[in-house]
Amino acid sequence: MRRRDFFAAMGGGIAVLLVEDASAQQRGGRGGRGGQMPQDVGAWLHIGEDGVVTAYTGKVEIGQNARTSLTAAVAEELSVPVASVRFIMGDTALTPFDGGTAGSQTTPNMWPQMRRAAATAREMLLDLAARKWNADRASISMANGRAASGSHTAGYGELTQGQKLVQTIAANMPLTPATEWKVAGTSVPKVTGREIVTGAHKYPSDIKRPGLLHGKILYPPQFGAKLASLDQSAAAAIPGVKVVREVLASPRAGFGGDVVGIVAPDSETASKALAALRAEWTPAAAQPSSDDVYAYFKQNAEGGPAAGAGLTTYTIAYIAHVPLEPRAALAEWNEGKLTVWTGTQSPFGVRRELTAQFQLPEESVHVIMPDMGSGYGGKHQGDAAMEAAILAKAAGRPVERNWTREEELTWAYFRPGAVIEVGGKANPDGAIAEWEFHNYNAGASALRTPYHVPNAREEYHGTKSPLRQGSYRCLAATANNFVRESYMDELAHSIGMDPLAFRLKNASNDDRLRAVMEAAAERFGWAKRKKTPNHGFGMAAGFEKGGHVATCAEISVTNGAVKVLRVVEAFECGAVVNPEHLRNQVEGAISMGLGGALFERVEFAGGKISSNRLSRYRVPRFADMPVIESVLVDRKDLVSAGAGECPIIGIAPAVGNAIFDATGQRVRSLPMAAQGLGRAAG
Amino acid sequence: MANIRELDVNGTRRRLDADAGRTLLSVLREDLDLTGTKYGCGEGQCAACTVLIDGQPARSCITTVGSVAGKRIVTIEGLAPEGKLHAVQEAFLEADAMQCGYCTSGMILEAVALLRSKPNPSDAEIVSGMNGHICRCGTYPRIVRAVHAATGKGGRA
Repeated sequence: MRRRDFFAAMGGGIAVLLVEDASAQQRGGRGGRGGQMPQDVGAWLHIGEDGVVTAYTGKVEIGQNARTSLTAAVAEELSVPVASVRFIMGDTALTPFDGGTAGSQTTPNMWPQMRRAAATAREMLLDLAARKWNADRASISMANGRAASGSHTAGYGELTQGQKLVQTIAANMPLTPATEWKVAGTSVPKVTGREIVTGAHKYPSDIKRPGLLHGKILYPPQFGAKLASLDQSAAAAIPGVKVVREVLASPRAGFGGDVVGIVAPDSETASKALAALRAEWTPAAAQPSSDDVYAYFKQNAEGGPAAGAGLTTYTIAYIAHVPLEPRAALAEWNEGKLTVWTGTQSPFGVRRELTAQFQLPEESVHVIMPDMGSGYGGKHQGDAAMEAAILAKAAGRPVERNWTREEELTWAYFRPGAVIEVGGKANPDGAIAEWEFHNYNAGASALRTPYHVPNAREEYHGTKSPLRQGSYRCLAATANNFVRESYMDELAHSIGMDPLAFRLKNASNDDRLRAVMEAAAERFGWAKRKKTPNHGFGMAAGFEKGGHVATCAEISVTNGAVKVLRVVEAFECGAVVNPEHLRNQVEGAISMGLGGALFERVEFAGGKISSNRLSRYRVPRFADMPVIESVLVDRKDLVSAGAGECPIIGIAPAVGNAIFDATGQRVRSLPMAAQGLGRAAG
Repeated sequence: MANIRELDVNGTRRRLDADAGRTLLSVLREDLDLTGTKYGCGEGQCAACTVLIDGQPARSCITTVGSVAGKRIVTIEGLAPEGKLHAVQEAFLEADAMQCGYCTSGMILEAVALLRSKPNPSDAEIVSGMNGHICRCGTYPRIVRAVHAATGKGGRA
């Protein structure tokens, strides 16, 4: 974007651009008269002549409260009220490029960038005020969006009048330390809370456009089945219905490249037309089921299975993200240009998919991401956007393509299943002497043990997956941490040592890990726990995505049914950005993690998923909830890390270890109790 | 099947022309532009689509529009008609009882109905009354807290 285009779009005022590359700062320089805007901008912020502060980021809001934390960052550094800051997020025409909202990176990366941009704008306003009043900068105070010096006072908007200033700054500019924060670090309420409780907030599936039509896509009856023939006459005969055929430039796993779609005036007519399509399919070759997939992982391991002897095997089921808002998109074409509103964690990635499909330059595709109904790592691809765009192009009108729950539970991607083999040995004094760990299929996140272990052998083995798989909250760390922390419990019991003491001894090299373990144990009352029949206590710890977590759980077992009674989780992710929202993330991660721990599992056979409805795929509900207590370890001396992911990795092993404590039964598969515990326990 | 020409929604008679067999959810969202009512599963399992029919919570995704003609329908948009939030809405904000917020409108309407039939519910009564609703973000304990906080102030709508 050229500088004059920027101000034409924004109106006058001042703008701060933040670039990752410090040398670009020198090239851009102050004022940047008439020149091209820098290409590698990470964030930008504008203060208009009306005093409105608008900040721009390619990150998106999916329930993790990034919009609120980023707003607080700007309010903090700019000395303006939270309510005066507007945030534009995840809009490919307006915001800087962003690789996607993932990996808990918004807080460690975007949050300080927005703070730097706001701090720089504040300095520019100070300069403007000093010049305007011919006053010493040190005499000027800035608060609540106003500057004041002696008898002079002016709002920020007033100071920017007649200006078109651009300042480019480097990403490494110093920031206010956490100990001096006034707004950041406090529990700023969710900035869109009122819109949500009144139903006014527009999620991606709520967007409307004039002349809107509704779209459906014909999916194969089995992963990998190929369309052999199609009779569309009955569907096409329904009034208002159009049948659309297209080919995907990049075939989708399990689906292929043949797109057969329907557009209709309302969603129910679209469903009827879809049902009226007569398709014949060529079946795919034999595929493993959810029961025999674990042998399949090892048989197909790249380079063959590892030759570790005497290892203990754990298995991890595929699970579904189940965002309550399924994938959704609305596409509209206008004079060869495409606009798509869609729920995604990667608006720029979706734009790339669309430009490739339609052979368009980037500026002809505009992807807008309204704050959506959650993602958990499950909404990176642009499937719904692609389908809507294909249908809208053929229909010549805007088309909405909102997935059904069955489509979401079948054609989205899943958290990978895994086989994990682990072995080790503890000396009588508690020191771990040997450690070997192999993950097949799930991935390498949290593969490495945080404990001090000499000569550890830890390997990830790629293999084939019969299902489409992808990122999930904390990636493979849910699987790897479950196995490592369960096996740590096995080792502690093998030498008759208390599981907490065993972990503390082997975490001598990690003060942060020890600190969360001690904090959780103290609040839980670990030392004073009293075992009663069918009642058990377990703990687990871990480190991932910049966060340290320790979880203690109390459970009961009745006729094989596991009830989680109480969970205490201590979490440390550096300086706390928003205590109430952090607690909410910790509690929510525990609640969600309980599902994968106890009963969530994608069931499939012969290329068909049978757990394709919420009545067949159980997720945690109110009645499953334990008492949850979170302990926040606030390290104001450390950089803030993200918190949307790491807090999920402690609950499954803590519950598993508690089941062992209660019953003597070691459960080595997730989920642990889909139909109650396997043998008659409790 | 006959077409439905009028519905009583949020205290207003709304004109429309919808096949009586269509779901109330699709009519609210597509014909009346009341998108605060959400689709989550289409089989009454998640309750994101909950509305009040003559004061009783109903899953609009499995309710035909023909079955509610002439009845009083309240959606989330009708809970704070003059802009003053209902006590349950206030309590949800106060307890930060949401993350993505997609389940929130259904949760709030269920809680309004629950508090009218049980003005002082116990924890167990809240859990059993709300258990049909899914919050995938897992804010359940906060929702229980919000319902308690709204106790004695609910009952309108």
